[in-house]
Amino acid sequence: MVAAQTPLVQVRNLKKYFPITRGLLIRRHIGDVKAVDDVSFDIYRGETLGLVGETGCGKTTVGRTLLRLYEPTAGQIIFDGVDLTRARGRQLRQMRRRMQIIFQDPYASLNPRMTVGAIVGEPLEVHGVATGKEKRERVQELLELVGLNPYFINRYPHEFSGGQRQRIGIARALALNPDLIVCDEPISSLDVSIQAQVVNLMEELQDRLGLTYLFIAHDLSMVRHISDRMAVMYLGKIVELADRDEIYLNPLHPYTRALMSAVPVPDPEVEEKRQRILLKGEIPSPAHPPRGCNFSTRCPELMDRCKEEKPPYKEVSPGHWVACFLY
Amino acid sequence: MGVLMRIQNLRTSFFTQDGEVHAVNGISYTLEEGGALGVVGESGCGKSVHALSIMRLIPQPPGKIWADEIWFDGRDILSLSENEMRHIRGAEIAMVFQDPMTSFNPVYTIGFQIMEALKLHQGMDNRQARRRAEELLTMVGIPDARARLDDYPHQFSGGMRQRAMIAMALSCNPKLLIADEPTTSLDVTIQAQIIDLVKRLQDQLGMAVMWITHDLGVVAGLARYINVMYAGYIIERGRVRDIYKRPRHPYTQGLLGSLPRLDEAPGTKLISIPGLPPDLIDLPPGCPFAPRCSYVTDQCLEGMPTLEKADGNDHFVACWRWETIAEQKR
Repeated sequence: MVAAQTPLVQVRNLKKYFPITRGLLIRRHIGDVKAVDDVSFDIYRGETLGLVGETGCGKTTVGRTLLRLYEPTAGQIIFDGVDLTRARGRQLRQMRRRMQIIFQDPYASLNPRMTVGAIVGEPLEVHGVATGKEKRERVQELLELVGLNPYFINRYPHEFSGGQRQRIGIARALALNPDLIVCDEPISSLDVSIQAQVVNLMEELQDRLGLTYLFIAHDLSMVRHISDRMAVMYLGKIVELADRDEIYLNPLHPYTRALMSAVPVPDPEVEEKRQRILLKGEIPSPAHPPRGCNFSTRCPELMDRCKEEKPPYKEVSPGHWVACFLY
Repeated sequence: MGVLMRIQNLRTSFFTQDGEVHAVNGISYTLEEGGALGVVGESGCGKSVHALSIMRLIPQPPGKIWADEIWFDGRDILSLSENEMRHIRGAEIAMVFQDPMTSFNPVYTIGFQIMEALKLHQGMDNRQARRRAEELLTMVGIPDARARLDDYPHQFSGGMRQRAMIAMALSCNPKLLIADEPTTSLDVTIQAQIIDLVKRLQDQLGMAVMWITHDLGVVAGLARYINVMYAGYIIERGRVRDIYKRPRHPYTQGLLGSLPRLDEAPGTKLISIPGLPPDLIDLPPGCPFAPRCSYVTDQCLEGMPTLEKADGNDHFVACWRWETIAEQKR
């Protein structure tokens, strides 16, 4: 375990609202999509924090806001002691070198008109780290690092398979020797046997280069495999965060329990005996979240209080955070 | 239980500018009445194409289907006229597709689309069809079904659309329901709802279900038999328990090893299968898995093994070396 030291990233009360407007010439602000609504967590140096949740729960928005690809509506992001939300210009650029992102869709995240060399080398050029021959050598080194043949440097993305493209995306993210990599569903578009290849590569790279990952995914089994700690999101909020084994063995929030029980296990004997907690209904719209707890519309353990007020997010045992009135 | 469907040596190819794509390469199996079959494999293994071939939904040309026999409930599907086939599709074999957004027509109401099948196949009038459509939507768990009949597909969420799709597929009491990755685009909690629904309906209505998926987890609790497909071949077939507990083909073993399990303590490295699936235009002469297989010998590179009986009842594997591999694993 590498946790339990200094946090690399501290996120405090982060909010990201997307405005809903009406009118063509005179735009009126009529509401907000509360994609991320008051989220706080730390990421420790060298660990992998897994962020899970279903479609539309705001997990991708958290990742992007963290890198300031979106401007946060409120809250603080402290990266290695510097408040990112206040950083401007030169300072922000300096900070950005230290954090990178790998995207979900390796078909959409690589420019089809650029060669692999240009794609992987672009961050080096943008940040003025290396040019010419030096850049080329660094790119070849990176390709080798992610298990691709360095001779591929002049090829185009369409000549590669999905798994290989994701490796190119990883090489690009590694180009500037970042501290933090936000991995936004990096394997969900890949086939099962290829997923394992990419996950193993990411774990190897983490060991070798001392990387810190924020690993965003909807596949709980995979997140449990790769993470040191896990956070579960529902409708813009983190409902529970704990060590990966703690959260699996002792899930507290009713949503976490339902989510865990819904994940199929590739074992017919286990499947036969399992009791599923089937949730009723679907996720409400983040533009009109419920007045009380965001999960109150589907919660099997609903109390009167849940419909009226939002439960506070608190630490119920060391390192185990949950937002629910049951605790 | 009687046999519902028997497939003998089914092959499907697509003739393209680049050459002949060998999508399905001679598969044979039987499906019992009321049976539950899982067809598992990665993209491009031919699992969907084989189902579309049974439904005769492969456009010919560029596609071409050959088979010694596709016997379904007393008839050979390949010898039927297009008109007769239309009475089988939807009425006797129904299919649910992966993407519930694109499988409905966006300009007609959900009710209209369900009623269409009822009127066509069962000769109902508008009133009867509407009542039956309402019953069906209620059966698949859509609240306030009567009002929802007049909704358009975009007014339904993903999970509800898939429920409506299942309602439509079940409208004519089919003998076989083919579900082609019906939960892939859905979230896990919704996926659990849909799996639960299909299991319940299968018990209730006694139809056979063929569930096509790339996710070995999904079919573990659902199917009784599993066909594992690779590069257009069935490379292993057997009862669920045998496939998960005693997989004999190196590909099945690799596939199970590459899946992290929620109920197991992490820390072990995932087993990854090196390389990529073969190009279906240019298949290797021997076993299609040979280039990625760690047990490969010269024999594997020369000829494709046929499905032979492995240990246990109804357990078949297409591998020259399965016995040696099983020996080594022990």
